[in-house]
Amino acid sequence: MELVEAIILSVLAASTPLLLAATGELVTERSGVLNLGVEGMMIVGAACGFGGAWLSGSIIIGALCGVVAGILMSLIFALMALGLAVNQVATGLALTILGIGLSGLIGARFVGERIAPAPHLNIPGLTDIPLAGRILFGEDGFVYLSIALVFGIWWLLYRTRAGLILRACGDNHISAHALGYPVLRIRLYAVMFGGACAGLAGAYLPLAYTPFFIPGMTAGRGWIALALTVFASWRPARLVVGAYLFGAVTILQLHAQGAGIGIPSQFMSSLPYLATIIVLVLLSRARTGGSTAPAALGTVFVPDR
Amino acid sequence: MQLVLEKRAERSNTIALISPLIAIGLTIVTMSILFVILGKNPISALGVYFIDPLTDSYSLQEIAVKASPLVMIAIGLSLCYLANAWNIGAEGQFLVGAVAGSWLAVKTNGTDAGYWVMPAMLLLGAAAGALYALIPAICKVRFGASEILTSLMLVYVADLFLDYLVRGPWRDPKGFNFPTTAEFDPVATVPVLIDGGRLHLGALIALVVVAAGAVLLGKTIKGFEIRVVGAAPRAARFGGFNSNQLILLTFAISGALAGLAGIIEVAGPVGHLQPGISPGYGFTAIIVAFLGRLNPVGILIAGLFLALTFIGGEQAQIAMKIPLDVTKVFQGILLFYVLACDSLILYRFRLIPASPKVHRGAR
Repeated sequence: MELVEAIILSVLAASTPLLLAATGELVTERSGVLNLGVEGMMIVGAACGFGGAWLSGSIIIGALCGVVAGILMSLIFALMALGLAVNQVATGLALTILGIGLSGLIGARFVGERIAPAPHLNIPGLTDIPLAGRILFGEDGFVYLSIALVFGIWWLLYRTRAGLILRACGDNHISAHALGYPVLRIRLYAVMFGGACAGLAGAYLPLAYTPFFIPGMTAGRGWIALALTVFASWRPARLVVGAYLFGAVTILQLHAQGAGIGIPSQFMSSLPYLATIIVLVLLSRARTGGSTAPAALGTVFVPDR
Repeated sequence: MQLVLEKRAERSNTIALISPLIAIGLTIVTMSILFVILGKNPISALGVYFIDPLTDSYSLQEIAVKASPLVMIAIGLSLCYLANAWNIGAEGQFLVGAVAGSWLAVKTNGTDAGYWVMPAMLLLGAAAGALYALIPAICKVRFGASEILTSLMLVYVADLFLDYLVRGPWRDPKGFNFPTTAEFDPVATVPVLIDGGRLHLGALIALVVVAAGAVLLGKTIKGFEIRVVGAAPRAARFGGFNSNQLILLTFAISGALAGLAGIIEVAGPVGHLQPGISPGYGFTAIIVAFLGRLNPVGILIAGLFLALTFIGGEQAQIAMKIPLDVTKVFQGILLFYVLACDSLILYRFRLIPASPKVHRGAR
């Protein structure tokens, strides 16, 4: 039973950065912008998040540094893709290349340092409940935040006027513009929110997942988060399922490696990436009737006046 | 007053010509600021980066050696991007090509196999790269899965597979447990062009690839189809061009070129298979393709320029203790400026008076 509990705890921990980053990207894409720079924003968030926490001794300040770094990165993207109407795919790639370089530069002086990881919730009585106690009441703050965030975004998208306008921009920017909505400004906010979430997701890695920073520690999680939004058909509820599924694949392959079954570790390590491909293929195939993607996703918008 | 972007009546050819130069100029200014932040003298840092490598024959050869894979990969990528097919997994195709060609080198190692080995390795590398690139292409054409994500995921898979091979079945038994294969036999290596130098056959192959790319794009119907499918998909449909077939074709060509670059790198400058054979050639080639305006000759020049930054980055690390990551930052910033300047070919800025309130309303 303890093993089951340990596995579920580690699945939640592995899923949280995916869920955070994917939630941000979902909002960005729902506004009609495809930001492929999630990986770049995450890795800069990781470097700045760790740096902030190490210098200040506070996990919260570290997390905030990650958020701010993610927003700053997303502003570069917004300037290019929204301000200058540059191809969003190419801009996103550029953001990732830049992010990997920047994080190496920023993080160089923190490599080899350690911090105390983010504390876990501890409510005497509740946390001690066998099996479910630590899973429900013993997580770190990021885990709860990520779940609250997805719920908040679901509420925003489907229950508020702001969410309706956001989705309108993503489905038909010409109509939204004709109705008088500031399409580019709404998209700017959505891109910044995506950056904030990606930065926080990146910061989660050195602040809670492993208590140290290593260059390239996001290891493709940003790209998996992008795949998750496709997996979820751009719906927040399905995002939760997808993120935990991917977290489970990551953790189960680690446990399988630990258990020493005779498959080389590299094959097990490539499972999350292969799973992403297979899921993308299966889902895209099931959806041949019509795409559920925001109709204006990735298209350039220059208002005419 | 308000600064707005508006579409030009027609594309500006002047800007099209000078935009890469403006981008490089802006990048150099930005880099100088970064050097100052890092506490280095920007003038001498820029000198080490861009001037010093041009002053001795070793570095000049090294630039050609580094430019060869970049140019080869970027020519293939430019075909994809022109056709609006987003292959961003060239790094993986590069690694798989290196692995496939190395298989023959490992198998024939220490035997008296003749001079057919090296050409066969190059063919294997190109074939494997093409097949590996066809995976995302088929997933796209057949199932509609995003080729961007699948091609990128395959980079990680290829990287892990190479790692497995050199730590497992292909590890050199006499290699003191280092994760590397045995040194390739002379018949399994790409010959150098100048005795005792570093410049090898790969540079000539890269030039052939540039010429072939120019002919394909400029003189053949297929090249025309590729450009039309990307630039005007509707017109291409009316013209009866098969866009799915073009996606498969451009992916296969770019995969083959990346795989070829991979095996040439291993059989040439490196001499054995090991992890880390690529300093991110597959990703840097994306920048090369855009900086070269998706044009074969432009790509040749852009490839030489980015190779210069690799060499300059290494020298700056040795001479001035400037971290290697600065090169990546440089490349990222350069791509941003290139894309931004390219935007001004189609658009221009205009200052207009603040729009009156009436136009805002309609809530």
